[in-house]
Amino acid sequence: MSCIMVRNDVYSGSIQKIEVMGTEDEEALDADDEELSELYRQMMIARKFDEKAFSLQRRGEISTYAPHKGQEAAQIGAMYALGEDDWMVPSFRETAAFIARGAPLDKIFQRWMGDANGQKNLSELNTLPVAVPVGTQNLHAAGIGMAMQNRGDEKAVLGFTGDGSTSQGDFHESLNFSGVYSAHSVFFVQNNQYAISLPREKQTKSETIAQKAIAYGIDGVQVDGNDILAVIKAVEEALEKARKGNPVLIEALTYRLEDHTTSDDSTRYREDEEVEEWKEKDPLKRFREYLEKNDIWTDELEEFEEKAEEKVDEAAQKAIDADDPEFDELFDYVYDELPELLQDEKKQLKKEVNE
Amino acid sequence: MPDKEKMNIVEAVNAALEDEMENDEDVIAYGEDVGEDGGVFRATKGLQEKFGEERCFSSPLAESGIAGTAIGMSLYGFRPVVEMQFSGFSYLAFHQIKEHAARFRIRSRGDYNVPLTVRAPYGGGINALEHHQESPEAFFAHAEGLHVVIPSTPQDTYSLLRKSIQMDDPVVFLEPKKTYRAFKEEVDGDKEVDLEEARIVQEGTDVTLIAWGAMVPVAEDAADEIDASVEIVDPRTIYPTDFDTIIESVEKTGRAMVLHEAPKSAGFGAEIATRIQENAILSMEAPVERVTSPDVPYPLYTLEDFYMPNKERAVNGLERVLDF
Repeated sequence: MSCIMVRNDVYSGSIQKIEVMGTEDEEALDADDEELSELYRQMMIARKFDEKAFSLQRRGEISTYAPHKGQEAAQIGAMYALGEDDWMVPSFRETAAFIARGAPLDKIFQRWMGDANGQKNLSELNTLPVAVPVGTQNLHAAGIGMAMQNRGDEKAVLGFTGDGSTSQGDFHESLNFSGVYSAHSVFFVQNNQYAISLPREKQTKSETIAQKAIAYGIDGVQVDGNDILAVIKAVEEALEKARKGNPVLIEALTYRLEDHTTSDDSTRYREDEEVEEWKEKDPLKRFREYLEKNDIWTDELEEFEEKAEEKVDEAAQKAIDADDPEFDELFDYVYDELPELLQDEKKQLKKEVNE
Repeated sequence: MPDKEKMNIVEAVNAALEDEMENDEDVIAYGEDVGEDGGVFRATKGLQEKFGEERCFSSPLAESGIAGTAIGMSLYGFRPVVEMQFSGFSYLAFHQIKEHAARFRIRSRGDYNVPLTVRAPYGGGINALEHHQESPEAFFAHAEGLHVVIPSTPQDTYSLLRKSIQMDDPVVFLEPKKTYRAFKEEVDGDKEVDLEEARIVQEGTDVTLIAWGAMVPVAEDAADEIDASVEIVDPRTIYPTDFDTIIESVEKTGRAMVLHEAPKSAGFGAEIATRIQENAILSMEAPVERVTSPDVPYPLYTLEDFYMPNKERAVNGLERVLDF
């Protein structure tokens, strides 16, 4: 068959990456020295929390812990940008974000120690509790964003998710629904390069995760996730769009410096050199260098590491000392009113466990 | 709704939605083809016209997306009623319903509610395509934290759907599509029916026949045919179950049969039979009989008459339990 086929470009897209540290935009950020210092303090507390949780796991106080070491800038930067009236939807590795959002440290420990009471009252912070099933939480962020659009509220919701979640159907459905309904949603992918053992390049053939937004007709952007100033910039811009009904997918490039959880051994699937390379890009290290270079670093910040440790120790002790939940709580909150069937079951079980 | 209007089951769904949307502006309805089209069974007919696109709309074709976004909307304060076009497709939303809708309150220790109603036409017998005939009630009954409701009459449909929407708990509301338009009855808009309350369809003294949804008319036909006094109990809420009414009836009759469309093994009839023997064994004259579909996937429709329990099989089952 010989004919000339007409082929026209019907779509083309591109993805930009936002960086601030080490660029000429470095000073363009609208934040004062005290705010920047406070960000550093939060990052240090989050880092110390991680270390403490690890040692508590080794001591048997915590069963399993999912560390965030290396992702502090991504999480805390995103929370700095998020307003109090906005909503936050976590996945499961967002301890640093919870800290920045204002959740009490001892309560965060308490949940890691197996007591759901640790995540009570998060509605006061417009924050959802931890939900583990990877990628599925994105739909809640999409729905909350749809609700904001439906009500005409000029607010936005930021949902955390990871590189692994981008293979889940729910992730794609979230982007699709958000686009169709102009949801006030920002999907913040912490691309920490691994979903347990699976490296990013085996998760998807896409060159970037941010470009997946293009398929759904929404904005996508990549950001250096270990550069807290860039994260703040990217999230602020995204939230501004989302509040007006333009959802955004952000891919924050970062790295999980620790194992997936305390049950994992990452030496089985990644090289030490790679980890060492990323340690050089540790977000705390980079932010400290920035603060020093810009004469914001003080003795107080230098000494804060110790203070952070004390704060974290105190909170951990409070959580350890907290009473364990009582038997009755097993049945609390399953239903608005406990059905008769469960009342009977509760009575029976109570008898059995006390026998 | 005008007082005591005559309507069939699908019209009762529509009336309950309309009245509840009228009653509470946080109630919204969406799902595939739910908006302009009014749903493939017309259950949401006229709602978009009346309440606008903000409150009744068609969604992209994604069951998990529908359920998951509805959870998000619930958390923000809405009271969504979403439609799974056929219950056979609800499995795509199963994770969202079981692991999130049913868990948010307990996960947040009472901080967040998910007042979500998931509607789905269910059941077979309508010569439909593959995946359009499933009876998934046992799956949802096993997903702790949900209410699983199956009405069998227009009145129960109306009253139970309104109650489901008003509840702060998530509800899976399965509608018997075989009997969607089978008969009409007067529906009293003021009549309240609580969840977890079984209905005695007819009183009897010789055997208790437990059936729900589209199996209730089959049970009634079988009871008419047989020369015995049959008490028919319709649980209406599959879970949490009103076992008291069932057990009380069996204590009176001494015999019981469960009739359901879902396959036998681990069907909800298994739970009912167990509860009966746990609680009423000293009153029983015979083992609990189960007449159900076999443990095979729902066939294409040339075989469905063999698959679905019918009046003859129900009569045979009753004879077995009566003659034991």
